[in-house]
Amino acid sequence: MAKGLVFVGLGLSGIGGMTVDGLEALRACDRIYAEFYTSKLIDTDLSELAEAIGKELTPVTREQVEEGRFIVLEAKKSRVGFVAAGDTMAATTHLDLRIQAAEEGVPIEIHHGISVFSAVPSALGLQPYKFGRTVTLPFLEDGYHPRSPYDNILENKLRGLHSMVLLDIREDESRYMTAKQALEWLFEGEVKWQGGLINDDTLVCVASNVGSRSERLTAGYAGEMLKRRDLGDPLSTLVLPGTLHFMEAYSLVTFAGAPEELID
Amino acid sequence: MGRKTENIRKAVQIMATPQYIRNIGTAAHIDHGKTTFSDNLIAGAGMMSEDLAGKQRMLDFDEQESARGITINAANASMVHKYGGKEYLINLIDTPGHVDFGGDVTRAMRALDGVFILACAVEGIMPQTETVIRQALKERVRPLLFINKVDRMINELQVTPQMMMDKFVKIVTEFNRRINEILPAPLNKEWQVNIEQGTVAFGSAYRNWAVSVPYMKKSGISFKEVYEYCNADNEKELAKKSPLHEVALQMVIEHVPDPLQAQKYRIKNIWKGDLDSKIGKSMLSCDPKGDVSLMINKIVMDPHAGEVAIGRLFSGTVVKGQILHISGMPTPQRVQTVSLSVGADRIAVESCAAGNIVSVTGLKDAIAGSTVSTLQDMEPFERMAHYSEPVVTKAIEAKHMKDLPKLVEVLRTLAKADPSLSVEINNETGEHLLSGMGELHLEITEYRITNEQGVEVVSSPPIVVYQEGVKKANANPFEGKSPNKHNRFYFLVEPLEEGVVEAIHKGEIDPDAKIRDEKAMAKMLAELGMDKDDASGITAFKNTNVLLDCTKGIQYLHETMELVKQAFDEAMVRGPLAAEKCSGVKVKLMDAKLHEDTIHRGPAQVIPAVRDGIYGAMCQAQRILLEPMQKTFISVPQDYMGDAISLVNQRRGTIIEMGQEDVNATVEAECPVSEMFGFASAVRGATQGRALWSTENSGFQQIPAELQDKTVREIRVRKGMNPEPYDEKYYAGA
Repeated sequence: MAKGLVFVGLGLSGIGGMTVDGLEALRACDRIYAEFYTSKLIDTDLSELAEAIGKELTPVTREQVEEGRFIVLEAKKSRVGFVAAGDTMAATTHLDLRIQAAEEGVPIEIHHGISVFSAVPSALGLQPYKFGRTVTLPFLEDGYHPRSPYDNILENKLRGLHSMVLLDIREDESRYMTAKQALEWLFEGEVKWQGGLINDDTLVCVASNVGSRSERLTAGYAGEMLKRRDLGDPLSTLVLPGTLHFMEAYSLVTFAGAPEELID
Repeated sequence: MGRKTENIRKAVQIMATPQYIRNIGTAAHIDHGKTTFSDNLIAGAGMMSEDLAGKQRMLDFDEQESARGITINAANASMVHKYGGKEYLINLIDTPGHVDFGGDVTRAMRALDGVFILACAVEGIMPQTETVIRQALKERVRPLLFINKVDRMINELQVTPQMMMDKFVKIVTEFNRRINEILPAPLNKEWQVNIEQGTVAFGSAYRNWAVSVPYMKKSGISFKEVYEYCNADNEKELAKKSPLHEVALQMVIEHVPDPLQAQKYRIKNIWKGDLDSKIGKSMLSCDPKGDVSLMINKIVMDPHAGEVAIGRLFSGTVVKGQILHISGMPTPQRVQTVSLSVGADRIAVESCAAGNIVSVTGLKDAIAGSTVSTLQDMEPFERMAHYSEPVVTKAIEAKHMKDLPKLVEVLRTLAKADPSLSVEINNETGEHLLSGMGELHLEITEYRITNEQGVEVVSSPPIVVYQEGVKKANANPFEGKSPNKHNRFYFLVEPLEEGVVEAIHKGEIDPDAKIRDEKAMAKMLAELGMDKDDASGITAFKNTNVLLDCTKGIQYLHETMELVKQAFDEAMVRGPLAAEKCSGVKVKLMDAKLHEDTIHRGPAQVIPAVRDGIYGAMCQAQRILLEPMQKTFISVPQDYMGDAISLVNQRRGTIIEMGQEDVNATVEAECPVSEMFGFASAVRGATQGRALWSTENSGFQQIPAELQDKTVREIRVRKGMNPEPYDEKYYAGA
């Protein structure tokens, strides 16, 4: 494919996080755009990446991507790569760009990347079959205090399902929600909405920098977890487990340091 | 002890006996002599020399006011007068007559029980006279008529005594006709003024004399003698025999109800709470032992005391150190000082009882119009029917860098004291926007910033404030997309029902208040002519625009609604044509499609989507530009009539009415404010200074279609925007 748009998910960390196919596909590109406002690169940076691919990468802002048209137009004439951390079509939704390209008749290639959506359950040993709706906790802003994350986690819990809780990233402001902030978010929500979602004895898991050298997995009771300082640095993902299968309980105790009493 | 000090001592005594209190004011068309009249009353109380009355303009204590010879603020003074062996405390408020300061007049009326309406003997009832009569009656303030400048009529116009009497009768008749029209029965008959009964007086405030029929009986002076004194240029003697202050005071004491009587019928008109409640009863009976109910009608900046709140105390007693609640404000505040006002002086007292007009410091959150009470949740007084729509703007910035923060502070305080002033602070550029009711209004404000607050400023020439609206409804909901394309909002817009716009103008709906009871509001809107289903979606007001949520059960819309409102606010404050304020636009949210995840539908996504949706819908509904209009009244000798009319025509004016007033021809016309800059010198030139003229703001009208594009372009260029407004394709994100 000499012309077209090539989406490559960079995976979770380093140069080696992407697939070999993805790397080869990028090497054949005339130009590569890189988007990091939805996630950030762990254990590597742009120049290291450029060196590995043998091509310069042009970072693009949210506005540029949302405008999007110039990328599609360029892809009509040449082979354009578009990379993002994780998977380009998962939590990071670049579906709009893909549809625009399709509408313009631009050939499209997608090289999937490893995403937290599969890595977090895998790392913790929780069965992906048992997850309910995924939610994101946003930093609160004037006029935007959404309640739906709280309600959705609660709904999952009532159905015995696990909840994957993603945390807000403000790459442009260098602000990343920490696991502690996320727990506080939920506790404050509990005070406001009183649905019985979380108390000091609620089991929670934190997966930080999953799939990287600095990966850290922790599990414990919310009251204790709030006091701990070893939950790892952002990027973090929270999991509020639903009903645990005995294998899941073993896994949390073994790999994330959950209290042994989980295994009965 | 000087008379002034003596006066204060007595005032403090009388303060507690409402039957000896009178709260009065003066109001009139500009230059009909209110302040000079008030000075006579103050002089009569020994607070200034009688010779100076008529010249000193005590109540014009603002330097600027004295210099211009007009009253800008409603100034106030308390004084003691002796009548029939008893001493009375007269609380007096002098209101401005210039049309730019109409808001001040409305607020002053709330504090009063009676008002002298002054009418110039030569000019008679003028448009602004009519406006103040209306304002007084709306607040149930009893009007008394004072026909001023009688000396001028006799000396300048050389009228015969018969002509003089005819003119007086004509003014009285016109005055009464308005009372009859405006008030409901039986008050419209009871409040008619009458020469025989002494609710009308004649005189010259400048020459310090007046006559009324009851006073004539005491002084023995007849109309004939008045005429002779004037003709003989011996008004000084006339002023000794029949001094204005005595005549006027007799009127006040005999005909203005004391607070005990007045509050019995006034409260239900100005307060919509439960009259049978404790506070209701306490106000009706003007009970000094009841809960405090204080209506602030003015904020004055004092260089030493800071912000002083002045208002009418309808119930209770205000005491130093007391904790009071201010309507709509979360934190109660402590009264630091209580005082009476005497011209520019304030005399501290320990406390002040119901029925008086009082000055209080310490109420930092109070603004002109606030309700203040010992009760935390007192139903506030009716919002004063003054929805201010500024018509001119100036850009203003500090001349010196060091004044940057101070200017912001000064502007904020000015906006608090004068609700008809609109201030937009721009901390990024340091160039703030000051908008007001007219050229003069802004000039005075600027003067205050420079001379009273000591901040030197640089300002742009005045610019007209335009508004934006829509001509019709768009046929199908317009789709606004979020930048990430994952959220869509669908809007219909159309002109808002006249009845609703009017209710906002009249103050029956407060667009800034939180909608407490949505059902009641929906019912009210339906009664004002809005479709019932539409009305039930009432979500927000912004100026004279409304947002209706016509959707049903859309997931996550609820937690997004605050953002929708923010975007609606933004769109209404900066319209799509020229970034001017929108007015009379009804925005209906018909549908919304939202992303599952909170991050993908945050402020950065929703606000642009909604804004573009509303703007696009407005494009389809045909955007119109509205310009402010002024009614212009001109009175000229017949010979100059043609010149006056052509002047009006040159300025895109429409002649509404032409008439005859004595020897003068009168023209009533409506002109766009944009064409009225510099009218003063033009009319002077065209008529060799023989024209008397005045103006009155008369709302906004659609600009002629052929001028719209050009004007839009001019505004956009001035604002540093691309000259062409965006079209619906742009807002559709195609």
